Amino acid sequence: MTHASDLVRVKDLSVSYSAAGQSVPAVKHATFSIGAGEVLGVLGESGSGKSTLALSLARMLPAKARYESGAITFRGRDLLQMSEKQLGAVRGAEIAIIWQDPALALNPVMRVGQQIAEVLRAHGSRDRHERVERVQGVLTEVGFQHPSEVASAYPHQLSGGQRQRVGIAQALCCRPSLVIADEPTSKLDSALQVEILALLAKLRALHNMAYLIISHDPAVFAGWADRMLVMYAGEIVEEGSREQVFGHPLHPYSQGLVRLSGAPAGTPRQLLPVITGEPPDLTRLPRGCAFEPRCPERMKVCAASPPASSTPEANRQVSCFKYE
Amino acid sequence: MKSYVARRLARAVLLLFAVSVLCFLLTRLAPGSFFDEIRLNPQISPQTIAALQARYGLDEPLPLRYGRWARSVARGDFGFSIAYNTPVAQLMWAPAKHTLLLGGVAMLLCWLISIPLAVWSAAYERSWFDRGVSALTSLFISIPEIVLALALLAFAMRSHALPVGGMTSVGFDELTAWGKAVDIARHMLAPVVILVLVGTPVIVRHLRASVAEVLHAPFVEAARGCGIGGARLLFRHVLPAAANPAISLFGLSLAALLSGSLLVEVVTGWPGLGPLILDATLARDLDVVVAAAMLGAAMMIVGNFAADLLLLAADPRIRTGSPDAG
Ligand SMILES: Nc1ncnc2c1ncn2[C@@H]1O[C@H](COP(=O)(O)OP(=O)(O)OP(=O)(O)O)[C@@H](O)[C@H]1O
Ligand code: SF4
Ligand SMILES: [Mg+2]
Repeated sequence: MTHASDLVRVKDLSVSYSAAGQSVPAVKHATFSIGAGEVLGVLGESGSGKSTLALSLARMLPAKARYESGAITFRGRDLLQMSEKQLGAVRGAEIAIIWQDPALALNPVMRVGQQIAEVLRAHGSRDRHERVERVQGVLTEVGFQHPSEVASAYPHQLSGGQRQRVGIAQALCCRPSLVIADEPTSKLDSALQVEILALLAKLRALHNMAYLIISHDPAVFAGWADRMLVMYAGEIVEEGSREQVFGHPLHPYSQGLVRLSGAPAGTPRQLLPVITGEPPDLTRLPRGCAFEPRCPERMKVCAASPPASSTPEANRQVSCFKYE
Repeated sequence: MKSYVARRLARAVLLLFAVSVLCFLLTRLAPGSFFDEIRLNPQISPQTIAALQARYGLDEPLPLRYGRWARSVARGDFGFSIAYNTPVAQLMWAPAKHTLLLGGVAMLLCWLISIPLAVWSAAYERSWFDRGVSALTSLFISIPEIVLALALLAFAMRSHALPVGGMTSVGFDELTAWGKAVDIARHMLAPVVILVLVGTPVIVRHLRASVAEVLHAPFVEAARGCGIGGARLLFRHVLPAAANPAISLFGLSLAALLSGSLLVEVVTGWPGLGPLILDATLARDLDVVVAAAMLGAAMMIVGNFAADLLLLAADPRIRTGSPDAG
């Protein structure tokens, strides 16, 4: 589904990793778009390709990843055709990333204020005083009451929640139009999770940024995601509004995942095995539907060939023979 | 911080005392004395030699001799050279300055060359540049210093490109200040090149490894994801985080500032401590030998202390006592 106001359009994107002489297809034929100011959630089990999909939007995949096919258009420019230098101007300024583990994403020997100022500097802020002021401003914005104290602290002097706030400040300091958040709260305890998600929602309303937010925990999307992608074995198996996907999921895999989200928030990892069976080995996928070995509703056709994507309702897509 | 420095100082004094006792004992207990050669001369009577021995106190018991030596250290003389008939401090002052000049220039060059080489070869891992640098470092690490020195010396002699021996030309005193500097620089070139060829590969190898490790850290990826790249990323973000092993190495090279160049000085005829110490050792001019050993120990202490202070300055995790300081 593409609209004139789309910020990002991903068309037929396939990404694979070369590992141990083998090619591992991590993302296959992904097509979707993100509108300006929209919150798109990506849900899926571990290894389903969520991070690969998200990082490819910032061209931040490791060297052993290969873009096999497709195009990623961001504000009309194809990211896959950009040079490293051009990407440097986009990253941090127009597309920013909030990392999963704030303890690892910050430089241990640089004051956090300096780390934010470095981003401003990389994107053209030449005046030191201006940078200091903007750092204080953005630290205040992410909820610090004493921004100058925080700015002069080193990462190890801050708590996990504070570090993630700094990470958010760093991502947002240049007012990007797209923020990629890969499991932004999974390293935090549940009270902090709620706080950080509320902060992200508040900032998005304030600055009208689009989010691509990733989690294996459906609770993360509650209340604020506009649309959802559900990924399985590198494929987008279902797409729809949050109400559609969580209200009445179509794909048997989504149905399995969503059944869990009825349970209280927290302890997501333990809940996931309600879908029986193991996540698939990407190098040896079945000929038919990738979910077929685990699907409670599998049919004869499912093992023969993969299902195509269909549109059972407006603004909604699913890849399953039940709807073909 | 104050108590830390005080503790370090107390330890340093204790260590120097221990070193002095040990050196003193070892040199006095070793066979031979300054007058051995004279003894071979049939024209000098054993009585004369005994008188000489007595004059320099060589026949007294050891504790007494140590006490006398310690008093001379307290006076700032650091013992007495029998060969030159002067206090050791006076004798060693000028050569020590020359050695310091040579070692300092060589060390500065080593680091100025090593840092960019190490950082760039880590940044372009497995590129031709990286391969070339690592091949050259392996080569120069495996060649013994003395072989390198002799080879370069032979080259300098044959090509007449460089003056070899001494540190000034004839007529040095008539030169202008600039001319004097150039003249010394030309004389220094051969020993400096040898020292740089010996020192640089070790630094490059260690620093490259730690930079390469940091380059794979998630926070570097995160910085890249913020649009920070190029030299700024390498030298402002990566290098400080990779500095700890390099700082320890820097402490060691500081410690070796006076002792690392002795061999090269002897070979190239640089008028530093090297030739002096060699002569003193061969001639059993014991106080000079002890003073040289003390100087080495003092430099070791200074080097270690400097490295610790630098580490403290460079790594906030050590400074504020974090449990996960690395
Ligand atoms: N650097 C890599 N080298 C080789 N294979 C990789 C690499 N990164 C990911 N993969 C593989 O690609 C597939 C998708 O990985 P990805 O990290 O995108 O999944 P994910 O949905 O983010 O999982 P998680 O929830 O565990 O973060 C996995 O099978 C994984 O093994
Ligand atoms: S295509 Fe078949 S096996 Fe695959 S999810 Fe649908 S019903 Fe299940
Ligand atoms: Mg992931």
